Amino acid sequence: MSDVRYTDQHEWIRLEGDEATIGITKFAAESLGDVVFVELPASGKTVKAGGEAAVVESVKAASDIYAPAGGTVTSVNAVLEKEPSKVNEDPEGAGWFFKMKLTDKAEFTKLMDTAAYAKFVESL
Amino acid sequence: MTIAAEILRRTPLYALHLELGGKMVPFAGYEMPVQYPAGILKEHLHTREKCGLFDVSHMGQGFLAGDSAALERVTPADVAGLKEGMQRYGLLLNEAGTIKDDFMFSRLAGESDLYLVVNAGTKEGDFAYIAEKLSGAAVLTPRFDRALLALQGPLAAQVLERHSPGISDLTFMKVVRATIAGAPAIVSRTGYTGEDGFEISLEGADAERVARALLGESEVLPIGLGARDSLRLEAGLCLYGHDIDESRNPAEANLMWSIGKRRKDAKDFPGAAATLDGAPAIKRVGIRPEGRAPAREGAEIADKSGRIIGKVTSGGFGPSLNAPLAMGYVESAFAAEGTPIDLMVRGKPLPAVIAPMPFVPHNYRRPTK
Repeated sequence: MSDVRYTDQHEWIRLEGDEATIGITKFAAESLGDVVFVELPASGKTVKAGGEAAVVESVKAASDIYAPAGGTVTSVNAVLEKEPSKVNEDPEGAGWFFKMKLTDKAEFTKLMDTAAYAKFVESL
Repeated sequence: MTIAAEILRRTPLYALHLELGGKMVPFAGYEMPVQYPAGILKEHLHTREKCGLFDVSHMGQGFLAGDSAALERVTPADVAGLKEGMQRYGLLLNEAGTIKDDFMFSRLAGESDLYLVVNAGTKEGDFAYIAEKLSGAAVLTPRFDRALLALQGPLAAQVLERHSPGISDLTFMKVVRATIAGAPAIVSRTGYTGEDGFEISLEGADAERVARALLGESEVLPIGLGARDSLRLEAGLCLYGHDIDESRNPAEANLMWSIGKRRKDAKDFPGAAATLDGAPAIKRVGIRPEGRAPAREGAEIADKSGRIIGKVTSGGFGPSLNAPLAMGYVESAFAAEGTPIDLMVRGKPLPAVIAPMPFVPHNYRRPTK
């Protein structure tokens, strides 16, 4: 059983049991353009909700990726270091950034669900 | 989201950019396509492999009539010695001898006027400055209404030949009046990508028809400003306002090659003494980061002891190089190729090395002797 939420900074977070997976949305990947470099957090790093967790660089510019909820990083998608284009090819699947153990599931629950995020993107 | 108060200008190709799916952004007072649906990476690689069409109509075109050699009052380039049918690169210097702009100037066969192209963001100021400094000797007529297209890439000549038989005989830095797809044009074998190619100046009213004719060729893709920037950076070419500006002189900018020998001997240009003293404190260099992370404009450059020795002025990712690359200024003691340095990116030192430019070899069609 998994559940996906979204931030207004266009990150997605998918919760499966205790562990959450984080990435950027299709909308974010398309806005950024061709991703050429991803800087991932170290495993074991603790992050706060809204804190800087990773950096994604396109040909044009660097953008910060924020943690949708607070917690401890448990693993990262090392594939992105060699193949950053995975972020463009499959942003909400194989292009995930990192996994973390959440401190407080309430921070997850209060984020936008799929329908709310779709509405938010439409409003931009 | 902020609403720009500035009224942005449009080139004669604005409607075509929208039709082609161009992502329009403000640039130098114009609404310009930063990319098309193909995206910067594909547009960049396509230009290096085949051929790309760029709208650079925002740049400032004009004609200088009268004693054109008077242009030497504001540039250290050899203007008087420019032969008919040739184009040349020059620096526009302010009174202190630092770089007000860089520009191209051409002497068309059988014509007394010089044809000039300056940068978009500086064109009004440049033209006012040139007019003032050349007052009484020459008259500069802006033609900001003209369009300028660039057709760049290894297949550019065979594409343009179909629309202007004989044009592919032109060699690098040559310029002619020609007819392209029925429209009168000034065509030079020049560009800003490091590739072979042409720049085509047209009456605004002809631009869309010519652009459509060229885009109708299977080899040609429209290319936005994003790829134009990554292509020129790989080619080691300066972007005005970033890699050169009024805080730099030609020696610091490593553009001494653009100063005519006669001018160096005569020392008769603004700031000649400082520019020619042979020992600039800082120099523009190429930089290759060792990892995959790009360093952007503004990143500080440190020596291996952590002391700040300079700053990145252009930086990003080179799609053809398949690696990050940068240009910047460092203290001259660190300017030698191979010098190890660090780039400060997000507070961390990123190992890098001073590298020769261009990063990707130029592919110009020089005359065979």
